[in-house]
Amino acid sequence: MFVACLIPLALLALRAWRDQLGANPIEYITRATGWWTLTFLMITLTVTPVRRLLSMPWLLRLRRMLGLFAFFYASLHFTTYIWLDQFFDLAAIVKDVVKRPFITVGFTAFVLLIPLAATSTNAMVKRLGARRWQWLHRAVYVIGTLGVIHFLWLVKKDIREPLVFALVLAVLLGARLAFRWRERTRTASASAQVAARPG
Amino acid sequence: MLIRRSPDIVPSEITPRALFEDRRTFLRDAGLFAAGLAVTGLGARPVQAQGKPFAGARKSPFSVAETATPFKDVTTYNNFYEFGTGKDDPAERAGTLKPRPWTISVEGECAKPKRWDIDELMKLAAVEERIYRLRCVEGWSMVIPWNGFPLSELVKRAEPNSKAKYVEFITLNDEKQMPGVRLPVLDWPYVEGLRMDEAMHPLALLTFGLYGDLLPNQNGAPVRIVVPWKYGFKSAKSIVRIRFTETEPKTAWNKAIPNEYGFYSNVNPQVDHPRWSQAKERRIGEFGKRATLMFNGYGEQVASLYAGMDLKKYY
Repeated sequence: MFVACLIPLALLALRAWRDQLGANPIEYITRATGWWTLTFLMITLTVTPVRRLLSMPWLLRLRRMLGLFAFFYASLHFTTYIWLDQFFDLAAIVKDVVKRPFITVGFTAFVLLIPLAATSTNAMVKRLGARRWQWLHRAVYVIGTLGVIHFLWLVKKDIREPLVFALVLAVLLGARLAFRWRERTRTASASAQVAARPG
Repeated sequence: MLIRRSPDIVPSEITPRALFEDRRTFLRDAGLFAAGLAVTGLGARPVQAQGKPFAGARKSPFSVAETATPFKDVTTYNNFYEFGTGKDDPAERAGTLKPRPWTISVEGECAKPKRWDIDELMKLAAVEERIYRLRCVEGWSMVIPWNGFPLSELVKRAEPNSKAKYVEFITLNDEKQMPGVRLPVLDWPYVEGLRMDEAMHPLALLTFGLYGDLLPNQNGAPVRIVVPWKYGFKSAKSIVRIRFTETEPKTAWNKAIPNEYGFYSNVNPQVDHPRWSQAKERRIGEFGKRATLMFNGYGEQVASLYAGMDLKKYY
């Protein structure tokens, strides 16, 4: 699984090695790493619904690694922007982050990912306590949304691809709402049954 | 039982009469061409490039002395939404475009409207080589050796009347040749436009080739304009109609997102696109970014066209 998650990077490196990144390699690398960040975010968000729907509890063990790979590709994406695209031109970067909504949104999503990656170890889960840890890691819903908006706002006109991500995200977040709603009605009806039981 | 009826022929499938009749001409010409080949052992120059038709084109003093972008990059990294919105789509999919036979109809507010055959049009004036910078609104740029002659040569022949304030350029809109127009990404056909004085400016080039050869399909075969001081999308490709109008043409990108793409769209590092900066550009083939020049470096020649205009307002 770990190796599988590195395949996109390997393919990108292979293309670079063969000089197949097209006329604008920096744009290509930026696009590819951004696309894989979003894809890994979506895969990570798929773990919980699939695990519950198909009762595959062992899937949970993969979630951390998938999430960390999302962070890994986001870091590559961010580094590509800072280094290859802007070449550490700090003034231009600050201006971009402040002035360009799509960069503001993307940058925010990346910054939000950092604490999640930092608190991904077992020790950190213990230190925070499961409850607080879970609360913190719900930030991934916001990050996923910001990531999709980032893609949507950078596209010139053909928004089909960002819309696909938006749709996937909507389904994944919708699944969580559905689970919650089902649990609530189930506990409600259970307590109603308890109440209705003859004494 | 389900009986499947064969679908009726939809109107868009029917070959227009003119085209249908043209097939005879095409066959005849093809026959003559083949016969000519057999007799002389040479290809007729404009129809099928045997060697590069513009290899000996006169070098224009308007050319810039900058390194030209490699042919491969010029012909594989394109924005030509009629063939898809990806940069590599045009190179992969433009094979379906048929640049011959081709006619360009010059019409509207003028004394001498005319339907030009492409090969006749190409002989209207001496084709030059002009090495121009091309700056895309997306923030990248190239240097391309184009082959063409001033657009003004064609405009003059049409004798535009006093009502002709603008020139409109209309691109082919044929879903059989252009798979991208099946999707409503833009309001097809692609329309571009220039003010009359811009169209008459000696830098505005009616273009038939690049790198000494006929235009590859993905670069707007068989005829396009190149307006080097404006963002690339102003330079309409695969033109079938040129119209003189009294009112400002409704251009494709302006219609699609009016607050982002204006009618003028002059290259201007001081006026940012609402979603990204226009101060710098990446020259294809270079690593770092370079500063974008006012009017793409053609200010000396064209700035006077916009004297007194607020270029922030008329972006």
